[in-house]
Amino acid sequence: MEPFVTLKAVAAVLDRPNVDTDLIIPKQFLKRIERSGFGRFLFNDLRFKTDGTENPDFILNQPAYRGAGILVSRENFGCGSSREHAPWALMDYGFRAVISPSFGDIFKNNSFKNGLLPIELPAGRVSELMKLIGDNPGLTLEIDLPAQAVRGPKGFRADFEIDAFRKELLLNGWDDISLTLKKEDLIQAYEEGHNRPWQAAVV
Amino acid sequence: MASLLEKIWEAHVVDRAPGQPDLLYIDRHLIHEVTSPQAFEGLKAAGRRVRRPDLTFGVIDHSIPTDDRRRPLKDEVAEAQLAALEKNQAEFGLKVFFGADDPRQGVIHVTMPEQGLTLPGGTVVCGDSHTATHGAFGAVSFGIGSSEVEHVLATQTLYQYKPRELAVEAAGRLAPGVAAKDLILQIIHALGVGGGSGYAIEYMGEGVRALSMESRMTLANMSIECGAKMGLIAPDELTVEYVRGRPFAPQGRDFDEAARWWQTLFTDPGHHFARAVTVEAAQVVPRVTWGTNPAQSVGLEDRAPAPDSFDDPIERLAAEKALAYQGLKPGTKMSDVPVDYVFIGSCTNGRIEDLREAARIMRGRKVAANVTVLVAPGSGPVKAQAEKEGLAAVFVEAGCQWRYPGCSMCLGMNPDLAPAGKRCASTSNRNFEGRQGRDSRTHLVSPASAAAAAVRGRLTDPRNFCLAD
Repeated sequence: MEPFVTLKAVAAVLDRPNVDTDLIIPKQFLKRIERSGFGRFLFNDLRFKTDGTENPDFILNQPAYRGAGILVSRENFGCGSSREHAPWALMDYGFRAVISPSFGDIFKNNSFKNGLLPIELPAGRVSELMKLIGDNPGLTLEIDLPAQAVRGPKGFRADFEIDAFRKELLLNGWDDISLTLKKEDLIQAYEEGHNRPWQAAVV
Repeated sequence: MASLLEKIWEAHVVDRAPGQPDLLYIDRHLIHEVTSPQAFEGLKAAGRRVRRPDLTFGVIDHSIPTDDRRRPLKDEVAEAQLAALEKNQAEFGLKVFFGADDPRQGVIHVTMPEQGLTLPGGTVVCGDSHTATHGAFGAVSFGIGSSEVEHVLATQTLYQYKPRELAVEAAGRLAPGVAAKDLILQIIHALGVGGGSGYAIEYMGEGVRALSMESRMTLANMSIECGAKMGLIAPDELTVEYVRGRPFAPQGRDFDEAARWWQTLFTDPGHHFARAVTVEAAQVVPRVTWGTNPAQSVGLEDRAPAPDSFDDPIERLAAEKALAYQGLKPGTKMSDVPVDYVFIGSCTNGRIEDLREAARIMRGRKVAANVTVLVAPGSGPVKAQAEKEGLAAVFVEAGCQWRYPGCSMCLGMNPDLAPAGKRCASTSNRNFEGRQGRDSRTHLVSPASAAAAAVRGRLTDPRNFCLAD
């Protein structure tokens, strides 16, 4: 995973609550067996008409937002299915951070694992940010992970909370499997103490 | 005064350090063809092995067709997914795999409990959000992403923070004609679509204790639909008897010893939950979703709400978008809404009890003109049982399509889709935009309500049929 330290990118607004992972990447595109190449299917049903041409009304099809790297949305972003294809699609498209008042649990975990930063801000701050972006289309936000802050034009600044463990993994781009494999002796000891057929064994 | 969750959680902690999530041991890792290929690719790239191929259990369910299953599948990409899991299970030496032609194959959350792989007091994970289903046994079970699948394959553990605890009490018992599906839709409606985020739910109370294991699975299954990480039910005598004798469950003395431990798995009186909610189970009526998230439901005899009726601006916005997508005017009587498709099946409602409920209404009746009905049993054994009991014949005589087991129309990752603009009464778990096919409209209901809709051609309170019978 690539480390995430700071990010300066154009922010786009998707003003709806409960953006589920089916909306982020419809299931007909989940059949690839790779992690890459999902970006062109991101928000497929919103981005493209049924004939496959672009829907000009959709935010990411508007010139000011084509290169957006930060997505700002409403409550419960990423709810629904556990598909990691959702953060894969967002990242493959070019997003590195999503700002929302709250996230679906599995989506949030999946995002951290891939270096896509989910930032939770209070609903009022998100509304404020949406208005700021609406008034200044194509504006750039700066995300400073060490300082845990989002900065924007006109003195906008919002501080955010992040779990220290996940922050460290992100800042260093660490793969947690290699961290866990260092605990092999502990895992083995656990297994030796739990080797019955209703525990870490099967009939 | 430990809770059910704490008792199981503490029994699985491999490592605990301040400021870090717990490293939890995973007893049963369930995998399927959609979320596992990238995890195996990751293992290969890093030269890693599957640590416990004997605790990793595979099944084919999401993308397999439910009619023509001849290989190679017509859909090349689905074929590639099936082939990838088959190859990976052989290459990494997985011991138990229910492949496309195995008589035990089925929807993963139906098959694994049926085979006795889901046990009380254990930890179960799967790259699928409906893994919450196994909580019905009093197992800590939750959905994970593909990177976490890879982590479990490599280490048989996962880093996890213990969620906050939410007690949901069902006071009183469900009335006749009202199903566990109606109860969970009521609970999700009460909590809101994100209301369970960050929580592990424990379902309790008379209304839960009175439910069969199949119904408990329906209840636990949809915990994720209010954002909860899991939904637990304390094991009791019914749970123990359900597990006894199943192929992969402990046998003989091992079983007795296990069962003695399982009986200690309950929340001690006086335990403090971070939050507690009571639902009057006796007051619950058959429900239906009118919108595009599972919290947007009303009674089948009620009307679609007006966006103005929501005080919260976010809910109002969600209602406006949902009504527009669903093509419903505020105030529409739900029982006046015609349906084009009916789907009976899924990890929520594809078990034998569900098929019995649906068949009870279908028996001696015909599917309404212009309604297409798919019945996809949850597993091979469910299919065989339904055929033996004559349920399959009831469905076929009524005019339904009797299919092979699989996820089918629940998620439209296989050929079973509803066309654009068409309306489907579905026993599945999600009514998101495009879930059953682009621009199709889903109404979540119980199996009895789905059967009633199939017969009448409109959304219907099943008590109009079943109480009269």
